[in-house]
Amino acid sequence: MNDRNVTGRIFDIQRYSVHDGTGIRTIVFLKGCVLRCRWCCNPESQKFEIETMMVEGKPVVTGRDVTVGEVMDVVEKDRAYYRRSGGGLTLSGGESLCQPEFARALLKSSKELGINTALESMACAKYEVIESILPYLDTYLMDIKHVNPEKHRQFTGRSNELMMENARRVAESGMTELIIRVPVIPTFNATPEEIRGIAEFAASLPGVRKLHLLPYHRLGQDKYERLGREYTMKEIVPMEQEYVEMLLDTAIKASGLECQIGG
Amino acid sequence: MERYYSGKIEKSPRIPKLVEALYAKMPEIEPARAVLITESYRQTEGEPIYTRRGKAFEHILKNIPIIIRDNELIVGSTTLAPRGCQTYPEYSWEWLEAEFDTVATRTADPFYISEETKEALKRVHPYWKGKTTSELATSYMAPEAIKAMEHNIFTTGNYFYNGIGHVCVHYDEVLEIGFEGIIAKIQDAWDRCQVSDGDYARRSHLYDAMIRSCQAVIDYARRYAALAKHMAGECTDPVRRAELLQIADNCMRVPAKGATSFYEACQSFWFVQQLIQLESSGHSISPGRFDQYMYPYYKADLDAGKITREKAQELIDCIWVKLNDLNKCRDAVSAEGFAGYSLFQNLIVGGQDEEGEDATNDLSFMCITASQHVFLPAPSLSIRIWNGTPHDLMLRAAELTRTGIGLPAYYNDEVMIPALLNRGLTLKDARNYCIIGCVEPQAPGKTDGWHDAAFFNMCRPVELVFSSGMDKGELIGVPTKPVEEMKTFDEFYDAYKTQMNYMIQLLVNSDNAIDCAHMERCPLPFLSCMLEDCIGRGKTAQEGGCIYNFTGPQGFGIANMADGLYAIKKLVFEEKKFTLGELKEALEHNYGHDAQNAADPAVLAQVAANVAKELAASGRHVGEEEVTQIVSSVIGTQATDAQNARYAQIKEMIDAAPKFGNDDPEVDMFARDVAYTYTRPMEQYTNPRGGRYQAGLYPVSANVPLGAQTGATPDGRLAHMPVADGVSPSAGKDTLGPTAAANSVAKLDHLIASNGTLFNQKFHPSALSGMTGLENFASLIRGFFDQKGMHMQFNVVSRETLLDAQKHPENYKHLVVRVAGYSALFTTLSKSLQDDIIRRTEQGF
Repeated sequence: MNDRNVTGRIFDIQRYSVHDGTGIRTIVFLKGCVLRCRWCCNPESQKFEIETMMVEGKPVVTGRDVTVGEVMDVVEKDRAYYRRSGGGLTLSGGESLCQPEFARALLKSSKELGINTALESMACAKYEVIESILPYLDTYLMDIKHVNPEKHRQFTGRSNELMMENARRVAESGMTELIIRVPVIPTFNATPEEIRGIAEFAASLPGVRKLHLLPYHRLGQDKYERLGREYTMKEIVPMEQEYVEMLLDTAIKASGLECQIGG
Repeated sequence: MERYYSGKIEKSPRIPKLVEALYAKMPEIEPARAVLITESYRQTEGEPIYTRRGKAFEHILKNIPIIIRDNELIVGSTTLAPRGCQTYPEYSWEWLEAEFDTVATRTADPFYISEETKEALKRVHPYWKGKTTSELATSYMAPEAIKAMEHNIFTTGNYFYNGIGHVCVHYDEVLEIGFEGIIAKIQDAWDRCQVSDGDYARRSHLYDAMIRSCQAVIDYARRYAALAKHMAGECTDPVRRAELLQIADNCMRVPAKGATSFYEACQSFWFVQQLIQLESSGHSISPGRFDQYMYPYYKADLDAGKITREKAQELIDCIWVKLNDLNKCRDAVSAEGFAGYSLFQNLIVGGQDEEGEDATNDLSFMCITASQHVFLPAPSLSIRIWNGTPHDLMLRAAELTRTGIGLPAYYNDEVMIPALLNRGLTLKDARNYCIIGCVEPQAPGKTDGWHDAAFFNMCRPVELVFSSGMDKGELIGVPTKPVEEMKTFDEFYDAYKTQMNYMIQLLVNSDNAIDCAHMERCPLPFLSCMLEDCIGRGKTAQEGGCIYNFTGPQGFGIANMADGLYAIKKLVFEEKKFTLGELKEALEHNYGHDAQNAADPAVLAQVAANVAKELAASGRHVGEEEVTQIVSSVIGTQATDAQNARYAQIKEMIDAAPKFGNDDPEVDMFARDVAYTYTRPMEQYTNPRGGRYQAGLYPVSANVPLGAQTGATPDGRLAHMPVADGVSPSAGKDTLGPTAAANSVAKLDHLIASNGTLFNQKFHPSALSGMTGLENFASLIRGFFDQKGMHMQFNVVSRETLLDAQKHPENYKHLVVRVAGYSALFTTLSKSLQDDIIRRTEQGF
């Protein structure tokens, strides 16, 4: 089957994105996720089913089925900016690996067009699935949320063993640049001990050079209401800048990696 | 050795003191120039116009009060009060007298005026009755052109009330040979004439006036030399005394002679910049490629160890402050359109040299640094970008953008140069272009560009299509076929083009009338002796003395017209969602938005009078039917609720149609064609100086006041709202972010709009934070320019803008902000988060 005809389900395409991979990028958000992180800023990404949100009293459908060709036509529009900035395509979600054929066809088409690729994912899939996309992936932005399986399960709905195992196998494959990203969430993983644990794990992965701390924000709060869902983290306030910098310092000391706040 | 020095240079403690003193008081109107020019004109009645202009300039420079302000290193002030202004009654004055009592209290650009000044001006103003350029221009204009302006189709008010300005002279020549050298050139040209030559009478008087003007400037500088020496004698501070003695030395030498140091070059430059603006009231006197013509003096001093980079930076900073010392009082209406006391003194750095090599040097960086140090609106700093522009220069420019000062504006050599070649410039001249005023390119020292010749509102002709040429009861356009009878989109589009063509030729008539008035009443001998080839041709710039002569009137509202015409094509003719008749009604009723508005009695009275006049003039039979028809077409009939609902529904359908600015090839190519309805007809016209018309697509800030005079338009825009800005998409209609908007704008034909195009994007400073932010910002500009975009500028928004965006999200749909490591569209954020960002705006980086 021609890659351009492969179909998949997305909920957004965002151009001029500058924080998820190098340069100016177009992010394609795939719909559907295996986890249910409480702080998720894209709650509409979680279910694979097409949903309706109420925006200012009007129903707005979120989610649509598209072909790889349709997506690539949009991605190609910003080629001039990718060329100048070293940018390209980033797949995000949801968890793109929930639609492996579609994700692979997008990344492969992109590489065939000479466009740089990145994937933002928590590696929650069989390794064979991940392995099949690695030849077409320049940068893997992999979430490691917690090293404690039980706490991970409590806040995201699943334990973390598979993801940590996949992180190691991706790193050992040497086929892509692996960057570890940590959503830093108060009450979940925002203590220095917890950050140190993740940083040490990241440092143990061969070839990993960078670690990003992504501080908790409330960008997605409105969307919960729009979906008629409850936002369970209402009481959580974003951390002070000084506190985040202290965590950054902790991460640097524990890992020796290039660490930064934000993508 | 490095090609250039790009390190940062510290600000001298002198600069904040100069800035503080400059802004200590409200600017003031001073009467000296008006009084002096009137004295001179009274004495020269009946003499040739060149002689009168030369003698008047001489009389002004000999007698106008002079001052050296505290801490100044570069001297030359047009007024005693900082940021004061003189007046120019030979162009127009009646508005000023009418506004005497409000000019100090108005909201846009107020000026203090003392009772003594009012009295002094009242004594001289009557002399000018019937003698101004504006009065002569009016008598030259065709009645239908005047009528079109009364109905706000376009305005040529800028050059109607003021001098022309909009020029970049041969600063390099003055720096090199001084005015003594220029006098020798004039004398040489004169010597080559025979008294029996056909044009000897005019030439000889012009040359005499030029020499007189140059000598007056030399003498004016020496008045400063004497003053500095005097002040030094009285100064007890040894450091300041030494500075004053140096100033005295400088002003004795320059601008009489060629500059022998960087400091002298700076002082010589300043006298030229200042005095052009004392000869005539035109604005946009643009220093142009300052980093290029000043460089040899800087380099020689630096190599010889005569100057440090810090000292050179201080002198440049001083010039930057002085550029803000010059001021101009405009009439209340114009002040709204040009708000911010702006003189549009455009200064450009970087780009290619005449040979096509990169021209970046130390001064390119130092000019950007100066804008950062001084942090004032002048000069309008610009930067030329081409494929070979050094990355570090680009990033330094981006850093300045990030401060939120709105500078620099970015220009694309790769489009500008071919656009100018297409207008007949030589390759060398095209490569050497600079920017005048807002966005207008020209060959410096060789061009009289008339770059700001008119504002043309592209939305008004479409109103005339719906009314078959009628406006407020008068036929002002072409009586095209009633829209109800139009069967195809092409018929409608052709009618639009017919109205456009008709109005464009009236604009040309109006501009040419003004051109003739300046030629006759205000030729400028001083300005002209610094413009090629006025001396050789024996003509002032106003008479076609320059190598290149253009008239550049700008159109705006492309996005509105593109969106509106596209909606008509799609919804009326292809999908048949509503008829042209229904749309006409919806527009007349402002899409049902002002259902409550009763007809204004004043408007009704005016309409009735106009109707009567029209009918009488045409000798037509006046039947009840005709009157009813005309009146109802003007004021409309009160709509029912059902009708209003239908109008709102029509607007909804239009709002949902694709819009320019979203990278949709079909709409974008359509916009390109719509822009041609303005740019192409303009190319065929010529001006009285032997040059051609060339269109620009930018509005300064006229899109707001002129939008207020425009009814609802077929793109869904409500009556009296601003019209789209330059070539930018309509506010809030571009919803896919900066790259999509830029791609759409790049699809217009910028090369044909060789008087300049303007593309504005709004960013929050946070979107440019860190090195990555700067890099991505630079890449955005590069990517736009790779696709043949011409110009780009950035409004890095303030706290006030964000507050406004909360209130009017519809105008800010594309505003990018960065939050906690993410970029997002501001209006999509929750109120609390928006508040967070507003609080953080003040924190910098």
